[in-house]
Amino acid sequence: MKSLQERLGGLDTVLSARLGGAPVSLQPMPGEIPVIQTVIGGREELPIFITASDAQVLCICYLWKDDEIVPEKRLELLELLLDLNPAIPLSSFGKVEGRYVLFGALSRDARIDDIASDIVALSDNAIDALDALSGYLS
Amino acid sequence: MSVIGKIVTLLRGSARELGESIVDANGVRIYEQEIRDARDAIAQAKNDLAGVMAKEMQSAREIERMRAEIERLEKLAVEALNKGKPDLAEEVAARIAEQEAELERQTQLHADYALQSNRLKDLIKTSEAKIREHEREVQMAKATESVYKATQSIADNIVSSGSKLVSARESLDRIKKRHEDLADRMTAADTLDRDLGTKALEIKLAEAGIGEDIQRKSKVMARIQARQAAVESKA
Repeated sequence: MKSLQERLGGLDTVLSARLGGAPVSLQPMPGEIPVIQTVIGGREELPIFITASDAQVLCICYLWKDDEIVPEKRLELLELLLDLNPAIPLSSFGKVEGRYVLFGALSRDARIDDIASDIVALSDNAIDALDALSGYLS
Repeated sequence: MSVIGKIVTLLRGSARELGESIVDANGVRIYEQEIRDARDAIAQAKNDLAGVMAKEMQSAREIERMRAEIERLEKLAVEALNKGKPDLAEEVAARIAEQEAELERQTQLHADYALQSNRLKDLIKTSEAKIREHEREVQMAKATESVYKATQSIADNIVSSGSKLVSARESLDRIKKRHEDLADRMTAADTLDRDLGTKALEIKLAEAGIGEDIQRKSKVMARIQARQAAVESKA
């Protein structure tokens, strides 16, 4: 099987073109499981991490940590996230080790174009979600 | 327990544990072996089932044949009695008894085949279910492993690079500020162009009566005046 980095060859160019020429960098991260960090110019604070398993390609964007939620608005926020999940195109809210994430899951056979669409949607959705939900965060 | 049920139990414990226990590499290997075994069992069971069903049909035909034979022999025995030949009837009765014993054996065999084929059908069903369950289990285990290990790499990398994840609000503020800066720069460039740019200069020059447009007008005027003068002198 091809390495994740090989499979994502050319993704930066495709992404950059979709983002109107914004610079895009793909960087592999050291570790046991292949993870590629995607940084979009102008959105450096919200990198997208791409990882793959046998079953799927996962694109993850970290949103906020557990302790950033205003305690008394927590339940309301959680219900809102569940309500929002089906409505947001291509991305879903989730939680990994105390961090809230927005993620998109694709088949492991997904084409570069599909992955690029997912990442662009994820990045736009992440900024949108932070903006819309910042009232729940401290 | 369902796979999701297991994950829920582990999540209630510790998230870190989830990455480790569900994904125990040995467990995954065992499941993969079980999947292969179940596939082999299904192939074998399907093969056996075909054989058993054939035998079941054969024995059903044999039973039918024996019943007809017994019926025929009984008629012959009655005929022998009617003709006053009890010895002959006795002989036929002995044959019928033999046939009946054989029929009983065959009926038992038929019931065994039916039981066996039902058992094989059940085996195929449960093996298929087991494969589905294990495949889901392995896939979920691998996906979970991948996510948690990836998270680990991301967290380690953030720590080692010395950079720290800023809060979501800060991130949003920075991104927004950058967007606003860009928008401001574009507005400023427009204003500057209007105030100081080439257009502004040309406007000022024109106002001072300098520039090609102004000269062009005076040249045309001169030409018209010259023509008018020519017409006047002819007349």
